Amino acid sequence: MDQLIFFIDKVLISGTVLGSIYALGAIGVTLIFGILRFAHFAHGDMMTMGGFLAFVLAALLAATGVTFPVPTGFVVLPVAMVLTAIIALGLDRAFYAPLRRRGAKPVILLIASIGVTLMIQGAIRLFFGVGTRSFFEHEPKIIMRFDTSWIGGTRDIIFTQPELLMVILTVVICFALHLFLTRSRLGKAMRAMSDNADLAQVSGINTALVVRVTWIIAGALACVAGTMLALDVSLTPDLAFNIVLPIFAAAIVGGLGQTYGAIAGGFLIGFAETLAVFDWSVMLKPLQPYIPFQINSGLALVPTEYKLTVAFVILVIVLLARPTGIFKGAST
Amino acid sequence: MRSHVMRALGLYAGLVVLIIAVAIASGVPYTTRLLAEAAAYSLIALGLNIQWGYGGLFNFGIMGFLMVGGASVTFISYPINPKFWNSDGPMLLGHALLAAIFGALLIIAARNVHRIGIKGGWKTTLVVIAWSIAYVVFRSQIDPATIYIERQAGFVGGLGLNPVLGWAFGGFMVAIIAYVIGRICLGLRTDYLAIATIGISEIIRALIKNMDWLTRGTLTVSPIRWPLPLPQDYQARGLDTVTALIYARGGFFLLAAAIVAVAMFLLIRSYGGPWGRMMRAIRDNYIAAGSMGKDVTRRQLEIFVLGSVLMGVGGAILVSFTQIFDPNSYQPINHTFLIWVMIIVGGAGNNWGALFGAVFIYVVWLMSEPLAQVLFGTISTWSSHIGWGAIPDVESRSLQMRVFVLGLVISMALRYAPRGLIPERAQTER
Repeated sequence: MDQLIFFIDKVLISGTVLGSIYALGAIGVTLIFGILRFAHFAHGDMMTMGGFLAFVLAALLAATGVTFPVPTGFVVLPVAMVLTAIIALGLDRAFYAPLRRRGAKPVILLIASIGVTLMIQGAIRLFFGVGTRSFFEHEPKIIMRFDTSWIGGTRDIIFTQPELLMVILTVVICFALHLFLTRSRLGKAMRAMSDNADLAQVSGINTALVVRVTWIIAGALACVAGTMLALDVSLTPDLAFNIVLPIFAAAIVGGLGQTYGAIAGGFLIGFAETLAVFDWSVMLKPLQPYIPFQINSGLALVPTEYKLTVAFVILVIVLLARPTGIFKGAST
Repeated sequence: MRSHVMRALGLYAGLVVLIIAVAIASGVPYTTRLLAEAAAYSLIALGLNIQWGYGGLFNFGIMGFLMVGGASVTFISYPINPKFWNSDGPMLLGHALLAAIFGALLIIAARNVHRIGIKGGWKTTLVVIAWSIAYVVFRSQIDPATIYIERQAGFVGGLGLNPVLGWAFGGFMVAIIAYVIGRICLGLRTDYLAIATIGISEIIRALIKNMDWLTRGTLTVSPIRWPLPLPQDYQARGLDTVTALIYARGGFFLLAAAIVAVAMFLLIRSYGGPWGRMMRAIRDNYIAAGSMGKDVTRRQLEIFVLGSVLMGVGGAILVSFTQIFDPNSYQPINHTFLIWVMIIVGGAGNNWGALFGAVFIYVVWLMSEPLAQVLFGTISTWSSHIGWGAIPDVESRSLQMRVFVLGLVISMALRYAPRGLIPERAQTER
């Protein structure tokens, strides 16, 4: 029984948290790809920027001395989302829109997004330095225990309050997005434009508005994902740069342009990563009498240092076996 | 003379003036160092120019190729480690190699089971099983070997050969890796290729950082041999420090510049020839080129490998020059995106543009460090004068300014000079 609890602690909980972060990031990437047809590389840095905005707001709020039952990071999140969305709109206006007007190829926009990446990186490091910060410098990370004695466990299932809130928030956001895309006029326009931009324009859809809404949603979700990542680990300027690869892998695995695919892909990659670095020796210990060889600790499928390879291997396999992704996304 | 030639000559003259200004401001030894490194970066930029400018292939994995080049030259030119060769290490590594060969044979066999009538889902299952067995067998051999080597001998050491041989070896290793990557990824569309190459370079970085038995990982390897006499050797002959530095670094610069010149000559010749025309045809319209009977995928693989070789050699030269191989010093900003800025600003598809962009951006990149410090120091003094207090950590923060400037440069270049300062010229009938 204790093995099962260990498994839930190490794989189910951390996999769900990681999957939520990846899913929220991948939704933004996939929306931008669906509407604007380019891979937005600066998405990771938009996440980091959102995390830092939330951090600044949380620090300001903490300075007023008000206390809340939930981490301050969650309280300020709506404001940080609005700010990130405004910045995302500004970035589009300043750097991507002029190129689009000139009729530049998507590849050029991809290179432009590298420029934006560097600028956001530079600005963050300029204002915040290169050090590591934490949301929990002034408040405790509340740990929640789930008693398991009634099913015969001797240890508690442990997770932190932010982790629980993150997962709830992700579910709420995904549901809200689903309603928006299927019920509202604007959401339907977005899906139409993602399917066929020319046809959407001819049918009288205001494409400029759709583009703006896309940036607003992508920016707001990037802010949530970045803040979650910062709450889960710690806040550094290169926080999200390292997870650009898993996020793109999630978006491609789900099928570029497919919102539900991005959610599925995010959780798939999140669970695959945690499962791959999971130390199986603990699970196999009770079976030792039946196994011919000695079980040593550190029996993970992939050493932790190479966690990154997991997302990449999944990406390559999907690209080779099913280039449109699980949910039949954009191709060619 | 025609206007575009005048423009290019003017830009190069401006570059020379800039370098002379740097030499006056920061001294000649610093400038020779800058030139030697700029030569290595030019070679890397030429490599990217082949891939992106000639072939239209995206490569965001330059950092990985530079690391492989650096690790190769370290392996070739670092002195022999007798502790390793006298231990059981080579034998254990031999076992791991045998395991790898066994695994490879198993996978090849599984891939060919359709010859004995096993098809479809069964074949896929067999291939997956073969990969798993190969992986487990390889891990069971390599894991104890690495632990043993790290405990007994530290790391494998080197072969103690000439660094120039190491540069060639770096190019060769990168060629092999680029071939494998190209076979897997080149069929993909552009954005997928960009993501795949980023992934590969991050994996190469993770491998080189953590394979302590081969590369000594984050412990770093130094000093790595120079191909020419070191400053210390000149000093031993009675020269003063500054002259010795200039002689040694200048010599290194001339050697690197000679390689750049040879590469440049060959590239310009091939660009003008039928091969270059074919590559441009494939870049501009691969469907048309394919229907004219060109083997598009094979040619793209060719160009990807060729460009990567130049990157590997350039990365090896950089490591030889700094004499230290430190996997932690490799960052995507300095080693991938900087090269992209060079190409975009200089002019993709034009070798003279790539060369100009490489040297110019590298000078700007290096000089922005002291300039930003002066600028921020002034602002800090000014703000403390008017009572706002000095900027905290002004030293480390001002350094980050150049990342921002780099991003701004690439954005401005894309907007106002999308084809670069020395753009590619379409050949017309004469």
